[in-house]
Amino acid sequence: MDISNYLYLSVILFTIGALGVLIRRNAIVIFMCIELMLNASNLALVTFSRINGNLDGQVASFFTMVVAACEVVVGLAIIVTIYRSRRSASVDDASLLKN
Amino acid sequence: MLHTAFHLGLTVGRTATPEAVQFWILAPLAVIAALGILVVKKAVHSALLMAWVMVTLAIFYIAQDALFLGIVQIVVYTGAVMMLFLFILMLVGVDSSESFVENLKGQRIPAIIAALGLGGLIASLVGRATVAGPAVGLTAANADGNVQGLAKLLFTQYVWAFEVVSALLITAALGAMVLAHSQKVRSPFAQRDLSIARFRKSSLGDAAGLPASGVYARHNAVDVPALLPDGSPAPTSVSQTLRARGDIISSSSFALESIEEQED
Amino acid sequence: MRTSSHLVYLIALPLFSAALLLLLGRIADKWGHLLATLISATTFGIGVAEFFSMHSQSGANRAVTQKIFEWISVGNLKVDASLLLDQLSVCFVLLITGVGTLIHIYSIAYMDHDKDRRRFFAYLNLFIAAMLLLVLGDSYLNLYVGWEGVGLASYLLIGFWNQNPAYAVAAKKAFIANRVGDVGLSLAIMISFAQFGTVSFAGVQAGAPHASPVALSAIGAMLLLAAAGKSAQFPLQSWLGDAMAGPTPVSALIHAATMVTAGVYLITRSNFIFDASSTARILVVTVGVITLLFGAIVGTAKDDIKKALAASTMSQIGYMILATGLGPVGYAFAIMHLLTHGFFKAGMFLGAGSVMHGMEDEVNMRKYGGLAKLMPITAVTFGLGYLAILGVPPFAGFYSKDKIIETAFNQGGGKGILLGGAALIGAGITAFYMTRVVVLTFSGARRWKEGAHPHESSILMWAPMVVLAIGSVASGFLLSFGSSLVNWLQPVVNASNSVGGKELMNPWVVSLLALAVVVLGAGYAITKYRTVEAVAPEKVSIFTKAARKDLFQDDVNDALLVKPGKALTLGLVATDNYVIDGAVRLVGWVLSEISDVLRKIQNGYVRTYALIMLAGVFIGALIIWVVTV
Repeated sequence: MDISNYLYLSVILFTIGALGVLIRRNAIVIFMCIELMLNASNLALVTFSRINGNLDGQVASFFTMVVAACEVVVGLAIIVTIYRSRRSASVDDASLLKN
Repeated sequence: MLHTAFHLGLTVGRTATPEAVQFWILAPLAVIAALGILVVKKAVHSALLMAWVMVTLAIFYIAQDALFLGIVQIVVYTGAVMMLFLFILMLVGVDSSESFVENLKGQRIPAIIAALGLGGLIASLVGRATVAGPAVGLTAANADGNVQGLAKLLFTQYVWAFEVVSALLITAALGAMVLAHSQKVRSPFAQRDLSIARFRKSSLGDAAGLPASGVYARHNAVDVPALLPDGSPAPTSVSQTLRARGDIISSSSFALESIEEQED
Repeated sequence: MRTSSHLVYLIALPLFSAALLLLLGRIADKWGHLLATLISATTFGIGVAEFFSMHSQSGANRAVTQKIFEWISVGNLKVDASLLLDQLSVCFVLLITGVGTLIHIYSIAYMDHDKDRRRFFAYLNLFIAAMLLLVLGDSYLNLYVGWEGVGLASYLLIGFWNQNPAYAVAAKKAFIANRVGDVGLSLAIMISFAQFGTVSFAGVQAGAPHASPVALSAIGAMLLLAAAGKSAQFPLQSWLGDAMAGPTPVSALIHAATMVTAGVYLITRSNFIFDASSTARILVVTVGVITLLFGAIVGTAKDDIKKALAASTMSQIGYMILATGLGPVGYAFAIMHLLTHGFFKAGMFLGAGSVMHGMEDEVNMRKYGGLAKLMPITAVTFGLGYLAILGVPPFAGFYSKDKIIETAFNQGGGKGILLGGAALIGAGITAFYMTRVVVLTFSGARRWKEGAHPHESSILMWAPMVVLAIGSVASGFLLSFGSSLVNWLQPVVNASNSVGGKELMNPWVVSLLALAVVVLGAGYAITKYRTVEAVAPEKVSIFTKAARKDLFQDDVNDALLVKPGKALTLGLVATDNYVIDGAVRLVGWVLSEISDVLRKIQNGYVRTYALIMLAGVFIGALIIWVVTV
């Protein structure tokens, strides 16, 4: 099996994640799609690490995970706050910032 | 020359058969699950599919000699992060589902075009990039063990980044607490306040407390309004929450007339 | 060079007094004029003391300096606020404070009935301070401060009775004409800084011999422009006649004796520039000759006594400017004429003020006549000044004016004859118009308005006139006896100790010629004005009409400067309104239209923003992909 298949898988998952961000309306689902994109890039980093024969890619992947965890914590707190005031988790309802 | 390198890349880049089998089984399942995230209606289903994709990825990490990351993926992502997602989902309503009617004009088609186009571009770049050289493999790098190798890097070369990230994590935790903290606009009603309020109302009808729910003879439960002496249901005898959910059974089926009919 | 610690009091005292009188307001009404006069007299005392301490020294040791503070220190530009009292400036200090004090005394009586007398004296002291700073500054920049200060004082005093719109307009006219000259002075300062890296007199003097001729000519021309503005020389002469709107003591002090001679001081002080540039000298003598004839001609037709005297002042300063353009030997004669002129012209102005005081502020000489008997002291002092300005021996003007005519002739060749001839003709015309003034005012039939009761003025007024009349008689002899002033000034203005050109004529011949011309002019005036109408005749020659209208100076200014200036201003306003504002409005309009379209993109939906972002990444990647494949 060609090792770059992992990379193609990563690209496919990344694309699906991006698409999810654009077409889903539930803020939590959008968040999960962002996590999917981050995970896809992690897969690419791990594969690069294997291709290059050193562990730097895995370290980068590790950092990505930590940052993603931070992002989830803050992001979900924001979602809770918005939900508390608007009774809705749809990102389209928070659209006051317009012309 | 280039052809030789290409050929070399093809042969050296190939991995052992068991890994190929595993890949071709799990990768399509992961893609299908990811697509499922896009199309399922209920957010909680999306979360379950997401957890599946993450477990799959953890397996791929381990297959690629990234044992530590694989474990972390399961523990942190599927364990902690996804649980957090589910927790929040329960907070905002498990049932919340969205309709698939797109209400933004010109959003869906351009989004699909842009996402697929970008994916295609990156894929073509991947195709051009990997032919340049063979994969080295991590056997040498993991000679002392994967965790030891990562630790060596993290605490020497990347120690500064590591410290910064730890500061970020603490800040994020504090930030989440600040964001989620809600100011109380009024003090909660104590029992004393409630009794005073009861006796100060215009009628003393429920001064001794609201009627208890349930028709004791027939259906002694909280989801049925009590029957008043004249046979009519007492609306105040059931919880407002149940009423809002629509989980109340009408008490008319337990009325006296029907009992008489049954006896007859 | 000696230093002194009390030069600053010459400026500080009158400045302090002026500030005090202006700030205290009506509280100082009772004693303000006395304080101002006392301060003026004190500065005169300091000046006299300085003069004697300087006189006891020899030659180069006479100059005194005082550094007050470091004023400007920016890069190469270093200017100290410091004062320089040398042989040249001490003459001016004595003239300013001496005549100034006399005029303070005179003004106590003259302004007696004016409710703003205190303010008048505050302005006079302000003028004294500024004028002393002008002559004491040791650099062009210090001089410039005083130069602007006297301009301000002149403006304030011309417009002292600014409740009369015509007087206020006259003040503004003087101020604006002076500003044109001030531009010249500031340009001269800038050029000399660019050329020499310094603006101090000593520094410029040291650098002048090595400077480029073009720069020297430019500095000289700009200094001449400045002098023309301040000294009412051609082509900036038009303000002086209108400046007679101010109270008569002001006309005597500022617009006859001191401030208007600042231009002569400036050129004399800058002698090293003019000695090194023959181009600048030619410009100077040209301006001088034109003005001395111009003023004299205008003077022949004026019926307003003060305007006639103002025209005479212009003409006499033309003589001084002419002398400064005649090379190293001319400066001393210019200063000598300046000093004698300070005496006799101030005296005559005070006399004119005395006459006006007696005639209920009537200025038209055709309404005078036969005043000699009623105002004997005024008539005698005026007469002595008259004899002095005519250059009748042994009065002051004889020594100073004849020297200028003589030096002009000695320039040699056609130039000498041209300049000398013009100066000689000017002397004749001077005799004519001055005789006309005297005859119309003091002799002949009484043509007074009804209700006029001419009377001699009080002692406070005639005493200064007497002192000035004595000066008119004796100053010329004293200053030229044994060439005293020439030798006194020689270290400053004629360092090379050069002598004049070859004598074209024996000095006595020149004097006799001048005397003959004077007698002719005076005689013609006596015969012509023996009888005169109280109303100016309308049927006069075209020349008289032209002279009455100041040789059309205002029309020329109007046509050459005011109207094009107005048109330019209107054009600039239109440009501003339509081109510049239009461009600004166009930019705003275009941006607002574009925003109107673009803001539709800002629909507030975060998913749209995300889509735009992703599309941007896609397009960017696509471009890179297409370019690199």
